[in-house]
Amino acid sequence: MDKFLTFTIVGLSTGAIYAIIASGLVLTYTTTGIFNFAQGAIGMVCAFAYWQMHFAWGWPVWAALAVAVLVIAPVLGVLIDVLVMRGLEDTSEVTRLVVSIGLLVGLIGLAIWVWKPGVSRNFSAFFANQGFTLFDTRVTGQQALTVVVAVVVAGALWLFLRTTRTGVAMRAVVDDRSLASLNGVRPNVVSSLAWAMGCTLAAIGGILIAPNVALDAATLSLLIVNAYAAAIIGRLRSLPLTFLGAVILGCTEAYLAGYLKTSPNFAGLRLAAPAILLFIVLLIIPSSRLRGRRQSREYFPMPTWKGTWVFAGLSILAGAIMATTLSTSDATTYAKVFSFAIFALSLVPLIGFAGQISLATLTFGAIGALIYGHIGADGNPLALVLAFVVPAIVGALIALPALRLSGIYLALATAAFAVALDRWIFNLADFDIGPIRISMFELGSTEVAPLDVFGYTFDTPARQMMLVSVAFALISVVVVAVRRSRYGRRLLAMKSSEAACATLGLDLVGTKLSVFALSAGIAGFAGALYGMQLRSISPQNFGFVMGLPVLLLAVVGGIGAVGGALMAGASLMGFLPLISTLGTFFSNLAAVLPGLAGIGLGRNPNGSVHDMREGFAPILRYRPAIIGLAVAVPLFWILRLAGFLGNGVFYLLLALAPIAAVVVAGVRVGLGDGTEVADTPRVHDVPLEWKGFSVPWEPEDVVDLDRALGMNEVQLHGAP
Amino acid sequence: MALLEVSDISVRFGGNLALDGVTIGAEAGCVTGLIGPNGAGKTTLFNVITGLQPPTSGQVTLDGAAITRLSPTKRARRGLGRTFQRLELFNMLSVRENIRVAADIHRSYSRSKDDPAAVTDAIIERVGLGAVADARVDALPTGQCRLVELGRSLATRPRVLLLDEPASGQDDTETVAFAALLRELAAEGMAIVLVEHDVALVMDVCARVHVLDFGRVIASGSPAEVQRDDAVLAAYLGTSS
Repeated sequence: MDKFLTFTIVGLSTGAIYAIIASGLVLTYTTTGIFNFAQGAIGMVCAFAYWQMHFAWGWPVWAALAVAVLVIAPVLGVLIDVLVMRGLEDTSEVTRLVVSIGLLVGLIGLAIWVWKPGVSRNFSAFFANQGFTLFDTRVTGQQALTVVVAVVVAGALWLFLRTTRTGVAMRAVVDDRSLASLNGVRPNVVSSLAWAMGCTLAAIGGILIAPNVALDAATLSLLIVNAYAAAIIGRLRSLPLTFLGAVILGCTEAYLAGYLKTSPNFAGLRLAAPAILLFIVLLIIPSSRLRGRRQSREYFPMPTWKGTWVFAGLSILAGAIMATTLSTSDATTYAKVFSFAIFALSLVPLIGFAGQISLATLTFGAIGALIYGHIGADGNPLALVLAFVVPAIVGALIALPALRLSGIYLALATAAFAVALDRWIFNLADFDIGPIRISMFELGSTEVAPLDVFGYTFDTPARQMMLVSVAFALISVVVVAVRRSRYGRRLLAMKSSEAACATLGLDLVGTKLSVFALSAGIAGFAGALYGMQLRSISPQNFGFVMGLPVLLLAVVGGIGAVGGALMAGASLMGFLPLISTLGTFFSNLAAVLPGLAGIGLGRNPNGSVHDMREGFAPILRYRPAIIGLAVAVPLFWILRLAGFLGNGVFYLLLALAPIAAVVVAGVRVGLGDGTEVADTPRVHDVPLEWKGFSVPWEPEDVVDLDRALGMNEVQLHGAP
Repeated sequence: MALLEVSDISVRFGGNLALDGVTIGAEAGCVTGLIGPNGAGKTTLFNVITGLQPPTSGQVTLDGAAITRLSPTKRARRGLGRTFQRLELFNMLSVRENIRVAADIHRSYSRSKDDPAAVTDAIIERVGLGAVADARVDALPTGQCRLVELGRSLATRPRVLLLDEPASGQDDTETVAFAALLRELAAEGMAIVLVEHDVALVMDVCARVHVLDFGRVIASGSPAEVQRDDAVLAAYLGTSS
């Protein structure tokens, strides 16, 4: 009984902190519609800032607290709102999610930049030597403090939202943003305030929890997963239920820690408990109503077969050039460009076509790598097939219960799955399910053999580069075939309007399940190839946080096109490692860049590969430019192989050749003759009805206005 | 018995009774009108019939079988088709592809041996979208978008077709052609329920009209009867009866 009380007090104290963080999450989500994945990361940065001021610089507690909670956090919130989130109107749920994940990744990168990891930082508890005894059980000052703070936060939020004018305005904005603004509420002010408050709550939570866990950027940022579970229990809407959820969560964790015997198999379960609880809650909450059409600025054109074959050919050519020119160590590093491009490719049908979100790409990759590593120990190609099939089945099983959910809930379910495997399952010793022996990473790392096809072993980095680039090219072709097929049209239809698809008789669950399985299968396949490149794999290679930049860069590259996937692989495993070699500053920058790219997505939701294609379009219209490139590239390659060129000059020439071709072709053809623009309607940066109010009216707008009103020339201007 | 029967349907949103014991029917082979002021509950009723909105109480039957507990997908497969007042087109696809998706879906669950491509072409011809068949739908004016929604629904060969303000955004010539198309479809045996603000169109094509106001049916009858009904005049013109 004493123990029970002790565990309960620990649980209440932890739950109180989750409640504070989660209530900030609910506040920003309800007011702005953006689910802030970076909530934990914001708390993390503020906790580090507090540590810096109080422990490193010796400021008094009150001063450090005041600056961290009342200055840094709200300013950060307002900056996030003004600089990042305002640009997200008319973007899809995926874009909003990716932007907040970008913020998460960026903040972790930034924190690691400023506060070097691996250094022990003392962060002692508040009121460390004080406390009192309650029913024979010791309550520490810190524990009492967290509960008191949570109660004060709950009370203050209740009073604020119920009784103040601003609080009521905030609730009005939740209901209907445009209606609220007609009634004199300024939505921008309200959303900035919501972000400021959300960040302040994150900061309080981060500073309170830091003494309980290590002051580590990733750990603190991922506390958010625990807070999610609480927020989801409140259905992202109800603050009282969120508080209740947080308490349940905190106590569950405390009891698991206290009562479960300390076997290694259960140690991980405690860490994974919030994720598992989140998953369970997602399963039992009532399913959301079918989604209707959303206004969206996004558009991905239909890929042509000709373009696809050229793209596949160029991918293999790039693999061949790198395989024949790079040193062994460089080839080992840069061959991962293609395996990560396949990871990103797995997201193209799922997110780009079907509009479903998964945050578990690398987790499926880990399953594929494990399958191949254990079954294909002799390099058997059949194991590679299993590395596709088994993750596909697991993906379908995971998705099956979660598919009633849509958008953010589905994303969270996949995140919970990834975190649970990451923290628990992957760290288990071998176990048996009936006659089948299941092996994980054998409590450390697992060897992965190179592929062996009829006696030809892909055992050098150069050979692997060829293997993976060809695999990428082939899967690209498959993905394009999916896009162009009946099935692909169906996915795009589902992305546009689930409600319309259902009323046409489409089996939504089956369709989502199949695309989830396809995506998980491709990710598993990529994982097996990646495992071969690593030779020895451990859970760290496939961590949840590692997977986020893949998603970020795939969306930034252009999630609707296979080119975007290559761009994601090339930036993540090519460009970033390359600039990291330039020095410490650049390696720090490389950690922040994926985040920055994600944050910038709101400006260009179609992805950068779309712009690149537009940029290179003049070449296609000027035949001599194509011929010139077709001569120059092989020529440079031969010169390099013959030893006349070094790698530096060679790759510089390769980079400059297409640019030169664009310039020449652009001058010859004349840039922007407008022929391609004609069939796409103009994209407006504000809703049409705001033209003339928030932005100046332009004469061309009349055409779009006519279209929107359904009028034609005759009606408007009379018959000739 | 009517092909589609809605009996005593109520829907409550919090404290607001959006539909209050609504009972209407739609016969095969004719167009049934459903009119009423904005906010009367017309679209909510369509959502209840197609399964997008669960009713608080009441029953929907199609061809004598209760479908109230079926999912929207299963209802569609039993022959329920609809269009949306707030357009729900597949924006990333062309006009042809929008209709083709529906034809493919229908082919996948029915025993129909018709070639979806041929079905698509025939429908494009029939609803008069030949000139814009390969245009992206978000480049089209609203009136044509509504025809795409109609065509898409027709591709699933519905027995009951619910049209939610299909003529808004159409000009006068388009409306005349549209009325002819509706009569033709009804003559083929389809039961059509038409929600429309264009009263002239409703009076022209409908055999029977139900009037909704504040979630209740305040009048039912032939177009001529309904036009003379005091309660209807009060609802539309605000005169006290």
